[in-house]
Amino acid sequence: MIEKLWFVIPEAVLLVGVVVVAILGLVRSGQIRNRVPWVAMAFVIGCGVAYPFVFTETAVSESTSLLPGLGRPMGLVACVVGVCLVFMTIGRIDRRYEQAIAEGRDRFDPLRSNRGEYYVFFLLSLAGLMLTCSANDLIWLFLALELTSLPTYVMVAMSRSSRRAQEAAMKYFFLGAMSAAMFLYGFSLLYAATGTVELTEMREILTAQAAEGGISMLAVVGMMLALLGIGFKLAAAPMHLYAADVYEGAAVHVTAVLGFIPKAAGAVAFMLLLSTMGWFDGSTLPLPILILLWVMAVLTMTLGNVAALLQRSVKRMLAYSSISHSGYLLIGIIAGPGLGFSAVILYLFVYGLANTGAFAVLASLEREGREIESVEDLAGLRQKHPGSAIALAISSGSLLGFPPLLGFWGKLALFIAGIASGHIVLVLIAGVNSAISAWYYLRLVGLPLMSEPSERSETIDRVAVPWPRFAAIGIAAAMVVLPIFLAGIQDETDVPLPPDTADVVATHESGDQDASGL
Amino acid sequence: MMSWLLILLPLAGVLAIIVSPARMAKMLALLTSLVVFGVSIAAAVGFDGWGKGTWGLEGAFNWLSRYGIEIQVGADSVSLILVLLTTLLLPLAVLGSFTSVRDRLREYYGWLLGLEAAMIGVFLARDLIFFYVCFEFTLVPMFFLIAIYGSTNRARASMKFLIYTFTGSLITLAAFLWLAWSASQAADGQWTFSIAALTHHATTSLAGSEQAWLLLALLIGFGVKVPIFPVHTWLPLAHTEAPTAGSVILAGVLLKLGTYGLYRFMLPMCPEAVVAWAPVIAILAIIGILYAALICWVQTDVKKLVAYSSVSHLGFCILGLFALNPMGLEGAILYMVNHGLSTGALFFLIGMMYERFHTRDMREVGGLAGRMPVWAFFMVFFVLASVGLPGLNGFVSEFLCLIATFSAGDMGAYPGVLGPWYAAIAALGMIFAAMYLLIMVGKMVFGPERLPAGSHDDGTLPRDLGAREITVLVPLAVLCIVLGVQPWLVIDGTSAAVADTLAVYQPIFEQLTQQTGASVTNALVGGTP
Repeated sequence: MIEKLWFVIPEAVLLVGVVVVAILGLVRSGQIRNRVPWVAMAFVIGCGVAYPFVFTETAVSESTSLLPGLGRPMGLVACVVGVCLVFMTIGRIDRRYEQAIAEGRDRFDPLRSNRGEYYVFFLLSLAGLMLTCSANDLIWLFLALELTSLPTYVMVAMSRSSRRAQEAAMKYFFLGAMSAAMFLYGFSLLYAATGTVELTEMREILTAQAAEGGISMLAVVGMMLALLGIGFKLAAAPMHLYAADVYEGAAVHVTAVLGFIPKAAGAVAFMLLLSTMGWFDGSTLPLPILILLWVMAVLTMTLGNVAALLQRSVKRMLAYSSISHSGYLLIGIIAGPGLGFSAVILYLFVYGLANTGAFAVLASLEREGREIESVEDLAGLRQKHPGSAIALAISSGSLLGFPPLLGFWGKLALFIAGIASGHIVLVLIAGVNSAISAWYYLRLVGLPLMSEPSERSETIDRVAVPWPRFAAIGIAAAMVVLPIFLAGIQDETDVPLPPDTADVVATHESGDQDASGL
Repeated sequence: MMSWLLILLPLAGVLAIIVSPARMAKMLALLTSLVVFGVSIAAAVGFDGWGKGTWGLEGAFNWLSRYGIEIQVGADSVSLILVLLTTLLLPLAVLGSFTSVRDRLREYYGWLLGLEAAMIGVFLARDLIFFYVCFEFTLVPMFFLIAIYGSTNRARASMKFLIYTFTGSLITLAAFLWLAWSASQAADGQWTFSIAALTHHATTSLAGSEQAWLLLALLIGFGVKVPIFPVHTWLPLAHTEAPTAGSVILAGVLLKLGTYGLYRFMLPMCPEAVVAWAPVIAILAIIGILYAALICWVQTDVKKLVAYSSVSHLGFCILGLFALNPMGLEGAILYMVNHGLSTGALFFLIGMMYERFHTRDMREVGGLAGRMPVWAFFMVFFVLASVGLPGLNGFVSEFLCLIATFSAGDMGAYPGVLGPWYAAIAALGMIFAAMYLLIMVGKMVFGPERLPAGSHDDGTLPRDLGAREITVLVPLAVLCIVLGVQPWLVIDGTSAAVADTLAVYQPIFEQLTQQTGASVTNALVGGTP
C-alpha cells in the first residue's frame, strides 16, 4: 500500500492542481481567471518534475508491479505533450464570453463560465492516463481508464455550443459506455479463469497454465474481449467508428486531447494486460490473441489511411490519420517488451507532439469566428500566415514520418521492433500504409505552401490570442531540432524489461510465431 | 573533417540565406556552392584511395545507441567521383537560375543548397540509416523546387515524383531493417547499421532465398530512382515540369542515387541472387532502353525527349553494372558521370531556349543556328556527346558497358551471366538515340527559322547566349572532351574499388563453372550465337 501511494505522488500533484484550478476558475476577477491555464500548466510541469524523484532506479527495481519501468517514461511523455496541449488552449476557452465580460457587455456568471472547468477535466484525464501506467490490478486499471475517458466526454460536450458537439458527445459517451461494459466483461472472465485481479499474480498463474499444457480458453476469450473494449480508447478497428464524427464535432483543442490522452491510456492498458498472458521465457502471445492483434493492426492502419484519403474536412482527415497511427502503435505492442514497448512510448511522444502541432495550427486560425472546415480552405495559407503554413507542413511531414523529422525516428523504432520480433509482413504493410498516407499529408504540405489562395482562404484570419500559434510554431521547431537530441530522448523513453521477462528479441527465431501456450 | 565540411557547408549556406535579404540569396548560394566545390577538390586531391580501393575521409558520431545507429561518413573513389559531380553541377545550377527564377528567391536557393547537402550525404554515408535519411531528404527540396517553380502541371508532377520514390524507398528501408536485425541475431543482439558490417554479414551468412528477397526490395527502391522500366513513369513528368536547375540536378545527380545504390548495396550484398536475377534485370533495362528510345522518337516536346532519353541511357548503365565484370562496372561508373555532364548540359540548353521563346515544342521553334549560333554550337556539341561520338565522353562509357555485356560470357575470371544477345539488342538503342537526338538537332538548330507567334522577348536576355550562360556550359563541355580523351582518369581511379566489389563473385562463378563444366553463359543463357 505504501508503495502504491509513493508511486502516485505525481498524480497527486495533478489532483491538487484540479482543486486549485477549479477554484480559480470561479473567481470573479477576470485577471485571475486569465491565469488559470498558466496555473494548470504549472501543475503539469510540477508533475513532470516529480517523476524522476519518485521513480528512482531503486524504487522501480523494488516495485512488485507488472511493468514497473513503464510509469516514468509514459508519465514524462504525458507531461510534455500535456504542456503543449494546455499551451495551445491559452486564451481560447470561453474567449468571446471573457471578452464580453472584460468590455462590460456581459457579467460574470459562474454557471456559464467554462474556463476553469475545461482545465479541471483536462488535468483529471491526464491523471487518469498516468494512473493507468501504475495499475497493478484489474479494478485499478478499469478505474484509471474510466478516469481518463469520462472527463473527455464532458470536454467534447462543452467544447462548442453547436449541436454537432452535443451529438458527438452523446455518440462518444454511449459507445464509450458500451466499450467499458465490454472490457469489464472481459476482465470478469479473466478473473474467473485465474481467480485473481492482481496482474502480477495473474501472470504467474497464466505462466503455470501455459507450462502445464495451455492457457485456459476462458482467459483467452476474456483477454480478447478486454482488448476489443480497450481498442475503443485507441480508436483501433473495429472500434474506431466513432472517431471521425466525434473528432469533427468537438472543438479543435479538444480533438487534440482526444487524439493523445485516451490513445496513450489504451496503449498502456494493452501493454499491461498482454504482459500477463505472453512473453514468458521467449514465447510470444497465444495464437488467438496474436491473430486478433494482427487483424486489428492491419485493419486500423489500412482503414484509417484509406478513409483519410477521401476526406475533405481537415479535422476528419486528421481523425482518420490518428486512427492509422493507432495501427502503427499496435506493431510495437505486438513486438512485446524490450524494443517494442520502448518504441510504443517513443512513438506516443513523437505522434503526440506532431498531432498537437497540427491541431494547434487549426486552433490558431479562424474564418468569421468559426473553425476551418475544409482542406481547400488552407490553400495559399502561406501568403497571409507563413508561420502557420510552415508549422502545418512540418507537423504533417512528421506525422508522415519523413526523415529527418522527429516522426521518422518514432516510426523507425516501431519498424525495427516489428522486424526484430519476426513480423516483417506487418512492417511491410505499415510501409505501404505510410506511402498511402503520403497522399493526404502532402495535401496539408502542398496546399498551404504552394497553391494560390482561393476566395474562401482569403478570408481566414488569425485567432486574436497568439498562444495557439506560438504552440504550433514551437512544436514545429521541436520536430526539426529534437532529432539532434535523439539519444537523450531514447534513454528517457526506454522501458526496461521486467526482471522475469525474457527479451523476445534475443531468443526469438525468425518465422517462429507459434504460441507456446496453445 | 572534410566530409563534415562537405555536408555542413551547404547547410550553413542555407542558414545564411534565411537570415539575409532576398536580393543576396543568389550570390550567397553561388558563393557557398563554389566553396563546397573547392573543398571537394581539396578532398579529392588529398584523398589517397585513388586506384587503391581504400576508404578515406572517415568520421563517426554515435546517435541512437539502442539500435547501433551512427552518423558515419567515409568515401572510396566511386563515392568521391560522384561527390565531385554533385559539387560541380551545383554552382552551375545556381548560376543557370539567375534569370529564370524571379520570385521566392530565398526559398529557391535555400532548397538547392539543402539538396546539395543531402546528395553529398548520400554518397558519403557509411551507416544505413544515415544513408536512408539523406536519400529520402533529397525528395523534399526537389518536391518544393518542382511544385513551386515548375511549369503548368507542376502539382501533379511533384506529387507523383514524391509518392513513387517514397513508396519504393520505404520497402528498401524495411529490407535494411531486416538485414540489420538478421546481423544482430548473428552478433548476440548487438545492433549495428554500419554499411561495411552489414555488407559483410549479407555476403557471408544470408541464404540464397534471403538474398533474393533482399535483392527484390533493393530493386524496388533503387529501381524507381534510376528509373528502370516499368517504374519510370514519374520521370518524364517530373523532368518536364521541373525548373531548369531542377531538371539538371535530377538528371545529373538524383538518378545516380539509384545506380549508386545498386552498385553500393545490391551488388556486394546479395551476389548469389544477383547472379541468378541479372538476366531479368538486364531484360528490364533493355526494354527500358528500346521503349524509351521509341517514345523519344515521336516526342515534339524537347524537354520530355531529353527526359525519356535519360531512361534509355541509364539502361546501358544498368547493363554495365550487371555484366558483373570490371569493364562493365568501370563503364557504368563512367557512364554515371558522363550522363550527368551531357544530359545536364542539354537541360541547361533547353532551359536557355525556353527562357527566350517560352515554348518547348520543336514544331513551334526551330532553325535557330542563324539567330543563336553560340547556343546552336553547344547544342550540337552536347547532342554528339550524348549520342556517343568517339572523342567525346559518351562514347567511351557506352562502348565499355556494351562490350562488357557482349563478352560477359568469357571474361576469364569473371564469367558473367549476360552475353552477346543482350548487347546486340541493347545496341539498337544507340542507333535509336542517334536518330531521335539528331532529328531534334535537325529541327531545332538547322533548317528554316521558325519562331513562336508573338514576341516573348522582354529585352532582359541577349539574343544569343550571354557571358553568364556560356560560363555555365564551358566547364561541362571541357569535361566532356577531357573524359572523352582521358577516360582513364575515372576508370583507373575506380578500378581497385570495382575489383573489391567483384571479389565476392569469384567463388560463385567458380562454382557455377564447375557445376556445368562449361561456360556459365552457355549454362544460363543457352549458348552463343
